[in-house]
Amino acid sequence: MISIKDVHKSFSNNNVLQGVNMEIAKGESMVIIGGSGTGKSVLLKCILGLENPDSGKITVGGKETNRGDRDVFLARFGMLFQNAALFDSLSVWQNVAFRLMRGPNKISKNDARDIAIEKLRRVGLKPEVSDKFPAELSGGMQKRVGLARAIAAEPEIIFFDEPTTGLDPIMSGVINELIREIVVEMGATALTITHDMSSVHSIADKVTMLHDGQVQWSGNIRELDNSGNPYLEQFINGHANGPIEAVR
Amino acid sequence: MYRFLGSIGFSVLAFCTTIGRITLFASGAISHIFRPPFYGRETLAQFMQIGFYSLPVVGLTALFTGAALALQIYSGGARFSAESVVPSIVAIGMVRELGPVLGGLMVAGRVSSSIAAELGTMRVTEQIDALVTLSTNPIKYLVAPRLLAATFAMPILVAVGDTIGILGGYLVGTGRLGFNSTNYLKNTIDFMEIGDVTSGLAKAAVFGFIIALMGCYHGYNSGRGAQGVGRATINAVVSASVMILAANYILTEVFF
Ligand SMILES: Nc1ncnc2c1ncn2[C@@H]1O[C@H](COP(=O)(O)OP(=O)(O)OP(=O)(O)O)[C@@H](O)[C@H]1O
Ligand SMILES: [Mg+2]
Repeated sequence: MISIKDVHKSFSNNNVLQGVNMEIAKGESMVIIGGSGTGKSVLLKCILGLENPDSGKITVGGKETNRGDRDVFLARFGMLFQNAALFDSLSVWQNVAFRLMRGPNKISKNDARDIAIEKLRRVGLKPEVSDKFPAELSGGMQKRVGLARAIAAEPEIIFFDEPTTGLDPIMSGVINELIREIVVEMGATALTITHDMSSVHSIADKVTMLHDGQVQWSGNIRELDNSGNPYLEQFINGHANGPIEAVR
Repeated sequence: MYRFLGSIGFSVLAFCTTIGRITLFASGAISHIFRPPFYGRETLAQFMQIGFYSLPVVGLTALFTGAALALQIYSGGARFSAESVVPSIVAIGMVRELGPVLGGLMVAGRVSSSIAAELGTMRVTEQIDALVTLSTNPIKYLVAPRLLAATFAMPILVAVGDTIGILGGYLVGTGRLGFNSTNYLKNTIDFMEIGDVTSGLAKAAVFGFIIALMGCYHGYNSGRGAQGVGRATINAVVSASVMILAANYILTEVFF
């Protein structure tokens, strides 16, 4: 479904991605892990065409991402940004219903509002929040509104950038289950970035670890705990000593 | 010597690059104004924001400018006993020059900065990226409505400002300088030509476009962080003000 071949990306002299290769099959839930600042978010933005890779090729369903009709291409995607990126001039429900009320398949305001409230319920938010503005919500609530917005139009491919950071353990569990449901029931392809190992176990079919601008390890979730890869083992167990430098 | 020449060359190139970027940005935005989907609601909201809420600033600026103008022309006219020109010169000066230029500069301060700060914040907090992922073209959704609204709001603002400016002159003329009220009004109207008004309003439309364009361009391309937004805001106000003054000279040559 999504194929990433030898992608490089640098910002001035900061070489963030240095030849990333990755394949994500249709209907699969892929989780990307890796240290802070290794370019996980940048990789997602490259797939969506929000950043242009310096070299390499990214295709979705066989088509190159930065060619052809962008609107049609992007209509297949939903994205939860790491910092939610809610529109602060619009109320919560208008944020969630943003795509539903625009474009060729737009629906009426009342229907859109009903769907928005239903999606908010699925991420554990009460209907009362729907008329508030993003600035009036806590960080974790904003994150969940962002999640509701990403899934509102039921896209076939969904990216979640750290869906559970800033959430309490119970809410994290709810969100993990929701993501799993979306993959299993709606048959969506999901690409999730997370630092939360319990999320990894409940969401992933496959796991990829990024380090130093490249894929260090990639494999099935069942192989995660006895991979024999020193990078991966250090990361999973959270050790300060190992091949990954932890500057202190 | 080489370094000196080099730095000149570098600045010239940077200047040309910026001009080119702004031109591309503007032509892209204008083409979106004429292609569906149209964002009428956003345009109307911007029209209120840019036009209606700028009325107090523009009105007060015009009132005091008209009043001061009347005093200055009176003292200048008195030197060759031509005090009677006060009403007509106040009116022509306001309508042709001071109304659009001062109104433009004041609105540049108010509106360019707020557009740049708003779009800059949206850029920095990834809201512009989020728009793209929701299949909404940010140029069409954010930039085109602001350009359209400012271009139509400015002439209306300036027309109101002109009227208030003439009123300022009238108040000083009749209250302090001893003009007869009827004569003052008659003089104001008799010597004014329709071209004076339309040239001033045409200037205002151009200034409105410049104000929104500079706000949008700098905000849209804002650097990272709060500092980036701050710099975008400054650049928007400064470049809008300078461009208004430059455009004013060129347009005055054209209309003269
Ligand atoms: N627009 C940009 N301009 C310059 N540098 C950038 C830009 N975006 C990202 N970077 C740099 O790219 C690197 C990777 O950033 P990225 O946000 O992808 O990290 P990440 O893996 O998502 O980290 P985290 O887990 O903390 O979110 C960082 O060093 C960052 O400074
Ligand atoms: Mg990140």
